[in-house]
Amino acid sequence: MYIIIAGGEHIGYYLSKALLSEGHEVVVIDKEAKRIKRIEEELGSICLLGDSCEAGTLDEAGVERANLFIAVTERDEDNLVACQVAKHKFNVPRTIARINNPNNEVLFKKLGIDVTVSSTNLILEHIEEVVPTHPLTHLLAIQRGELAIVEVKIPPSSTVVGKRIGGLPSLAESTLALIIREGQKPQLPTLDTILEADDRVIVAIKPDQEEALCAALSCA
Amino acid sequence: MKVLIMGCGRVGSELAALLDAKGHQVTVLDVDSATFAKLPATFSGVALLSDGTDEDSLRAAGIEGMDAFVAVTREDNRNIMSAQIAKHIFNTPKVICRIYDPLREELYQSLDLEAITPTKILAQMLEERLTK
Repeated sequence: MYIIIAGGEHIGYYLSKALLSEGHEVVVIDKEAKRIKRIEEELGSICLLGDSCEAGTLDEAGVERANLFIAVTERDEDNLVACQVAKHKFNVPRTIARINNPNNEVLFKKLGIDVTVSSTNLILEHIEEVVPTHPLTHLLAIQRGELAIVEVKIPPSSTVVGKRIGGLPSLAESTLALIIREGQKPQLPTLDTILEADDRVIVAIKPDQEEALCAALSCA
Repeated sequence: MKVLIMGCGRVGSELAALLDAKGHQVTVLDVDSATFAKLPATFSGVALLSDGTDEDSLRAAGIEGMDAFVAVTREDNRNIMSAQIAKHIFNTPKVICRIYDPLREELYQSLDLEAITPTKILAQMLEERLTK
């Protein structure tokens, strides 16, 4: 694939290194000559000095044949504009933007950016995972965030403890994928599986159904 | 009319003063409070220390009740992003932003974002005067 990366700071540097080693063709665009020098000393002539929001720079980088455009500068507004120029002026099939402000996720999606990566949200998700106060943990977002893989721990006080999964119609909206029980091999749930206290249930679900899922498992 | 102006530089402060003098309700935002000194002593609107590229800060500045939003900070991309937040998140009825880069302006006109490009306008005026 031909991949253009806007921003040669830490993320841009490590990203280009990884993508090159996977055999992709990579160009990094940055405004700062010293950042470009650092990358080129180590990775060869893969950089272009310029403003990745300017059509002229993108044109020079051969953006028209790019399969993927990734904007990872430190500023959300620069990442947004660079992706919009790549997407709407040059029809790059896929654009990815790094965002710092989690609020911008909605805006960027509305404006046609294909994928957003929010470092703030990623860190928050990890905190959820290690801090056991929250019954529902986000493990993975798939299909551009339209589907989430979550883990729910069944508290001993839950009314579903001792019940058959098939006997819980309120779970119909969720796909129960796996049940992890302390000291046992993870098992695929069936309609006849009986839920136990402290079971960890892995579920594929639409994000707006999360509250309903917690309510259905009475662990909200 | 209620107007929110982002950026209290030369253009932002001048526009705020003009609208205020005509009796409009003006709120002006800037990340540097020193810029508010450019507002005239008679200015009766609100000057807020705030970053307008953030949805929460625009909400706190009262964008939900505004008739118009104008983005005139010195940076094109800040103006473009906040104008798109106003237009697409808050559905502000009238949104205008300044974009210095003529190529970027062309793209955003095609995406239905109203923009003014001072560099292009000035170049055209100069050209007219020189060749008249």
